[in-house]
Amino acid sequence: MEMRAAYAECLAEMMKNDRHIVVLDADLSKASGTRGLYERFPKQMFDCGIAEQNMTSIAAGLASYGFTPWIESFTPFATRRICDQIAISVAYAGMNVKITGTDPGISAELNGGTHMSMEDIGVLRSVPGMVIVEPVDEVQLRAAMPVLQAYQGPAYLRLFRKEAPKVFDEGYRFELFKADLLRGGRDLTIFVSGLPTADTLEAAKMLAEEGIEAEVINVHTIKPIDAETVRASAHRTGLVLTVENHNVIGGLHSAVLEALAADPVPAFAVGVQDRFGEVGKLPYLKEVMGLTAENIARRAKDALGRQ
Amino acid sequence: MNPSLSEHCLDIRCDTIRAIGHLGVGHIGGCLSVIELLTVLYFEAMRIDPSQPKMKGRDRFICSKGHAGPAVYAALANRGYFPKEMLLTLNQGGTNLPSHCDMNRTPGIDMTTGSLGQGFSCAVGAALGSKLEEDGAVIYTLIGDGETQEGQIWEAAMFAAAKKLDNLIAFTDYNKLQIDDTVARVNDIAPLEDKWEAFGWNVITVENGNDLAEVSDAVSLARSFTTTGRPTMVILNTKKGCGVPAVEAMGAGNHNCPFTEAQADEAIRALREAFRAGADKTGEAPRDRKEA
Repeated sequence: MEMRAAYAECLAEMMKNDRHIVVLDADLSKASGTRGLYERFPKQMFDCGIAEQNMTSIAAGLASYGFTPWIESFTPFATRRICDQIAISVAYAGMNVKITGTDPGISAELNGGTHMSMEDIGVLRSVPGMVIVEPVDEVQLRAAMPVLQAYQGPAYLRLFRKEAPKVFDEGYRFELFKADLLRGGRDLTIFVSGLPTADTLEAAKMLAEEGIEAEVINVHTIKPIDAETVRASAHRTGLVLTVENHNVIGGLHSAVLEALAADPVPAFAVGVQDRFGEVGKLPYLKEVMGLTAENIARRAKDALGRQ
Repeated sequence: MNPSLSEHCLDIRCDTIRAIGHLGVGHIGGCLSVIELLTVLYFEAMRIDPSQPKMKGRDRFICSKGHAGPAVYAALANRGYFPKEMLLTLNQGGTNLPSHCDMNRTPGIDMTTGSLGQGFSCAVGAALGSKLEEDGAVIYTLIGDGETQEGQIWEAAMFAAAKKLDNLIAFTDYNKLQIDDTVARVNDIAPLEDKWEAFGWNVITVENGNDLAEVSDAVSLARSFTTTGRPTMVILNTKKGCGVPAVEAMGAGNHNCPFTEAQADEAIRALREAFRAGADKTGEAPRDRKEA
């Protein structure tokens, strides 16, 4: 199932039981997968039109009235375009608003560079009090949503909206603020979030065939990062590689380095190398940005000083 | 009109002047232009209970021009939300009265504002919330004329009309001045009535927004529009710095300016004297009360 369909199902399930959960769109409900909910929940679904700033502050006003609004748009419009509204109307005011940004980074594909946020995690990570979660697959998304709803405070859901490769098994339990160990290893730790997680696991398999045991940790909550898990693993393996569908400045790589700053471990980054996106399909964009399993494995070997 | 309303208005104006004078600097111009509105809202129009600032179903006031915080605080203190002594903590480190309104610090403040344009949308959100809760509340909000230049104002204007939020009553503090110069010279918002009408709002114009009776009548009229299916904009033609001639004379320079304790003393003395003279003329006995 597409992630957006699972997302809409989760919203519907939650809205059914709580009339104070409301969803606000800015003319992208079809893209977000929530269009079908309008008929079913006429008093909980609101399309604000193409006016993201207004949508965000309206959500804050609704939150001040005791509602829990989920607002949605493509990632760049749900973050950098409304950064001040998120900072002031939502975070500074302490309003319980959930922000869903779809099509993060290269997953905007054919919409191209204008629609590719490579900076959204960096932008929102520096807003005090923001929680940032990036689910990998449908199982993790379904597990995360009720937890985010229950969490009192502003949160950003960075949502890949198409069908995602399966990484987590049914029965997976999502713990906010706690990273997930996907694979144990002793030679290096790869921290990864979101879309590139499946390819990172594939890279770990390739490495294993060459006798390199990579530990793979999924950092689904990028802020606040699970510093304890990051430090424990990094200090045990002594080498870090981060993999992210985001600029290597400001995102996961930065967050991991900050966690390790007091007791550093050599760290390398796979991700968008401080550049804008461009149009193309996912396989092409993965090649361009170095987000293929092959490149992740190659970078791990480079880091280990092995060819 | 309630006979004590003018006294409340005088007290709120004097307490605003006192607080800013005590600090020595502040957004005095845009505070003094809206004193009459705040008096009418807090002492006449709004269904509120100062002992229960978070009361469900209460009317709300969202001061989107958040820099008028000191005037709102003076109104809240006079209405009994907190002791008037607190007004002298304005903008001191650790205060609960920051220059811009903060709902998490000040009892009676319904929304955090200060980044212009946003509070207006928040008020639209609250009006929508009230409709969903069917609690019969009226949501009042105040924007500045300079603030009207923000694009978000017009996004919200469109949405409020489209969703028929007739429980929303907005005010424009049309004092014709902004930080850099006159509004007309910086980026003119005229014709303002036409704009709001075109956006599907009821529009009421108050010739003198610093005349208590005119403001009171306009608010009553606006309240009668809360079943029209359209939100209402009340345009208040005001004077920035109203009530303190020295501040009025500064023009655009009075947005955020130094203002001394001695200036405050003089302004308050003059205001109270003029009030007594005016009250004597109309035969009303001035009420005994402590000087602010």
